[in-house]
Amino acid sequence: MGQTLAQKVYEQHVVRRTEGEPDLLYIDLHLVHEVTSPQAFDGLRAAGRTVRRPDLTMSTEDHNVPTTNLLAPIADPVSRAQVEALRTNTAEFGIRQAPMGTRDQGIVHVIGPQLGLTQPGMTIVCGDSHTSTHGAFGALAFGIGTSEVEHVLATQTLTQRPAKQMSVRVDGELPLGVSAKDVILAVIAEIGTGGGQGHVIEYRGSAIEALSMESRMTICNMSIEAGAKAGLIAPDETTFAYLAGRDHAPSGADWDAAVAAWRELRTDDDAVFDREVVIDAASLTPYVTWGTNPGQGLPIGDSVPDPASFADESERDAAESALAYMGLTAGTPLREISVDTVFLGSCTNGRIEDLRVAAELLRGQHVAADTRMLVVPGSVFVKQQAEDEGLDAVFTAAGAEWRGAGCSMCLGMNPDQLAPGERSASTSNRNFQGRQGKGGRTHLVSPAVAAATAITGKLTAPADLQTAGA
Amino acid sequence: MDAFTTHTGTAAPLRRSNVDTDQIIPAEYLKRITRTGFEDGLFVAWRTNEPDFVLNQPQYADASILVAGPDFGTGSSREHANWALLDGGFRVVISARFADIFRNNSTKSGLLTVVLPAADVEALQDACEADPALPVTVDLVAREVRWADRAVAFEIDDYTRWRLLEGLDDIGLTERHLDDIDAFEATRPSWKPRTLA
Repeated sequence: MGQTLAQKVYEQHVVRRTEGEPDLLYIDLHLVHEVTSPQAFDGLRAAGRTVRRPDLTMSTEDHNVPTTNLLAPIADPVSRAQVEALRTNTAEFGIRQAPMGTRDQGIVHVIGPQLGLTQPGMTIVCGDSHTSTHGAFGALAFGIGTSEVEHVLATQTLTQRPAKQMSVRVDGELPLGVSAKDVILAVIAEIGTGGGQGHVIEYRGSAIEALSMESRMTICNMSIEAGAKAGLIAPDETTFAYLAGRDHAPSGADWDAAVAAWRELRTDDDAVFDREVVIDAASLTPYVTWGTNPGQGLPIGDSVPDPASFADESERDAAESALAYMGLTAGTPLREISVDTVFLGSCTNGRIEDLRVAAELLRGQHVAADTRMLVVPGSVFVKQQAEDEGLDAVFTAAGAEWRGAGCSMCLGMNPDQLAPGERSASTSNRNFQGRQGKGGRTHLVSPAVAAATAITGKLTAPADLQTAGA
Repeated sequence: MDAFTTHTGTAAPLRRSNVDTDQIIPAEYLKRITRTGFEDGLFVAWRTNEPDFVLNQPQYADASILVAGPDFGTGSSREHANWALLDGGFRVVISARFADIFRNNSTKSGLLTVVLPAADVEALQDACEADPALPVTVDLVAREVRWADRAVAFEIDDYTRWRLLEGLDDIGLTERHLDDIDAFEATRPSWKPRTLA
């Protein structure tokens, strides 16, 4: 029987396999940030251990960093202490660190690909569940907890068991205005937040192959929201073209050797998946979430669902409590929901293509009265790139706020938060209760829907703007 | 990590599905750089905003076993969610389904996660609602959960069970195989990326 792509990458990294024990898996790249690492470094110190491979480790500060007043010290003393702990720890253990404001700083899942550190066929881990992002390159990439961060720092390995294999095939052509974010929101709505449990998802099909690398990252990023261990896409010419010339991409004869190896990274024709899901690209429309988990999403043309319409009791209960928390009434058309804040950014949608799509819609338009829009680039490099293209001027002319790089309002560890009861349209990945600030209400959307929503103040598809002649 | 063999305590029924890690402990409580002290963030929004939330009820104040709805621990990889439950006095979480990372973290942090069939989870929730002082035993040696006259078996792989029973540190176990790691590293292609020059 043939192997899937994920099985191939896994098998290429097995250091030790013994009956009755988990496999020991080698880790090619370990990304580190300030929130999930301090206790791991303390553990190393307490045991007198060192970092085995600082040269396979990269760190940056992202979760806590403010997006305004970038030159001043971080005002929140607890956030500042956490960032300072990372600086001290990485200096002590010889790990490369990209501090606030420097070119390589940004959301950890934005800088890995940007630097060319994320490559096909690698195993990549980080103390962050959105590590699945890197699967867009055909890498096996997944989030780990702090105990495992310490394990990787000390040994460059993890104990693992093979995951089950799921195929999500999206064939056909995406309609105009429908993006990767809509695809993944539709997938999660289809299989549920637990649908991927125990599985690695491989996204396949002509609609996936047609996507840019950044769109592929958006899709793989949210694999965890379907409960999957990881998500990945077979590398192809699009992948190689994206990588060529990046800081850490191979060059010369090494490039040829690497590409030859990468071309082997495909699921065999006779490989068997444990579960297969098929989605027709042409049937998709922009998706938005109405509830408090990412599986509670619908096409934007639908209405807030009636909890009584759910056959499953726990889904019914979840819908009821979600509507109460979100302050929504069943039957309200989603397009009639007004938002206070629009957040464009995060490891899901904080890359240059996301900013370009939003800027194109906002060019010559204005953010609605009583609506604020925050634009937070995923990294300093993305910010610079956007400024070189004049996108910052488009955003600010439209009345949006142009900010510094970081995780920002995706999870509100820095000052960028929703006030209680405030409602957002957000290009991030989680609409959990209180995720963007205590009592805040989040609707997950694509960058295009975010921009269109900013213009009208209500959840809006980009196509609606043309219809309205705006 | 503390060893886990068997634990007897009272149980609190958490009748909610999809309890995500942001509900277990919100991001603003993750800024601490120590490994303990996270109990202040445990279910803080529900404890603050919902007077009848199960853990606000005095009869469940000393519960050490949480009996939760399906898909417990979805979302973030924060091991702080495990630490907050441990710091809040819990040794065991029982659910019909757990998110993978939460469950994996629990095997490293010493919080035991037990998967029981949904019907048994509900039966246990009913039982500890009827009698909040009901003693519940989670026996890792025998791989079963016992309450009143019920005994329900649960599955856990032998290796993880052995590690938990012995309270063994994973890193120490892996360090027994440094020769294997050295040998593997010698075979890695030279073009694989390095972060340092």
